[in-house]
Amino acid sequence: MNQALLDKIESEQYRKDKSEFAVGDSVRVHTKVVEGDKERIQVFAGVVIGKRGHGLNETFTVRRISYGEGVERIFPVNSPRVDKIEVERKGAVRRAKLTYLRTRLGKGATLVKEKDDQTGTAQAKAAKSKKDKTEAAAAAPAPAAETK
Amino acid sequence: MPLGLLGKKLGHTRVYDSKGIMTPVTVVQVGPNRVIQVKTQESDGYNAVQLGFDDQKEQRLTKPLLGHIKKHNSVAVKRIKEFRDFSLTVKPGDVVGASVFAVGDFIDAIGVTKGRGFEGVMARHDFRGGDASHGCKGWKRRGGAIGQRLFPGTVMRGMKMPGHLGQVQRTTQNLEIVQVRDEDNVLLIKGAIPGSEMDYVIIRESKKLPKGSEVAKRRFTPPVAAKSKTAAAAAKAAAPKDKKK
Repeated sequence: MNQALLDKIESEQYRKDKSEFAVGDSVRVHTKVVEGDKERIQVFAGVVIGKRGHGLNETFTVRRISYGEGVERIFPVNSPRVDKIEVERKGAVRRAKLTYLRTRLGKGATLVKEKDDQTGTAQAKAAKSKKDKTEAAAAAPAPAAETK
Repeated sequence: MPLGLLGKKLGHTRVYDSKGIMTPVTVVQVGPNRVIQVKTQESDGYNAVQLGFDDQKEQRLTKPLLGHIKKHNSVAVKRIKEFRDFSLTVKPGDVVGASVFAVGDFIDAIGVTKGRGFEGVMARHDFRGGDASHGCKGWKRRGGAIGQRLFPGTVMRGMKMPGHLGQVQRTTQNLEIVQVRDEDNVLLIKGAIPGSEMDYVIIRESKKLPKGSEVAKRRFTPPVAAKSKTAAAAAKAAAPKDKKK
């Protein structure tokens, strides 16, 4: 009973427009910045090098090279200060945390390999061939039954 | 204790405010609180309100207690507590809840801390223990010497030693109310409160207030009776200053 109430309180605070992004993606994080009385949007663009936590505690780290200096910012996913998260390009990575980017210099530090469409098509092909097989398997017993 | 409620600690979470600042909060169920008896100066010699919390089956109460509750047209409850000089005017049979408090109020939370059993001096009294290296052996968590020599020849009273830790009543003062959720009868209180989840706690108007805070100046808002009282007090406090000027 108590957990249900806690969940209710937490669920009220989740952002409605939850954007899908993964580690390795290049993103533009629009943050609300208050200057005096005015509020404006500031964009922090970089590579997502890690995610941690879940629910309200979920945060992600964005790394960028700013004037030759590496800068990392950690954003809570559900913070109302984060206006929106745009995904510029998908990254193909094999790690959950891209700390290795910290040791990199030059262009390699700002981008990871792009997720190419071929992997996508390959997956689709595999799915398709699997589907064909199952269809064939489904079709096969039918004639067999007829022959009997 | 001008205002107070019985409650139950439900758990911890965190909430964002309108500015997007995250606050850690304790969620406390504070209602329905049943008004069982109202004691007055005339009839009892002092003013107090008896509140009951956490409804339960009548068969679980002793007959004398049930008789007392029935006499005042109330419902069987698990916990009963008397609050002296209650600022709200209530009558037996009334139900009070979270709406008694308002956002920004400061409260004291009274609860029984988690029992930790028999603990050593490092956990119990924050001793630093022994050295980890430089030839030390078997002294990592010990307390050291507890006395002197032939004089005084005895261990001083109150010497900090290992023993039972926790499961004692403790008060955490001046916690801010972040949200009042009337529909659930729940208060979100900034910070931690003594006790385990689902433990009973007492939430009362804070006896002291953070020094120099805005709230200290305006005191509490909700109860009308308290407002006029505090306003009068504030006027009194302000008056001598004016005279000095």
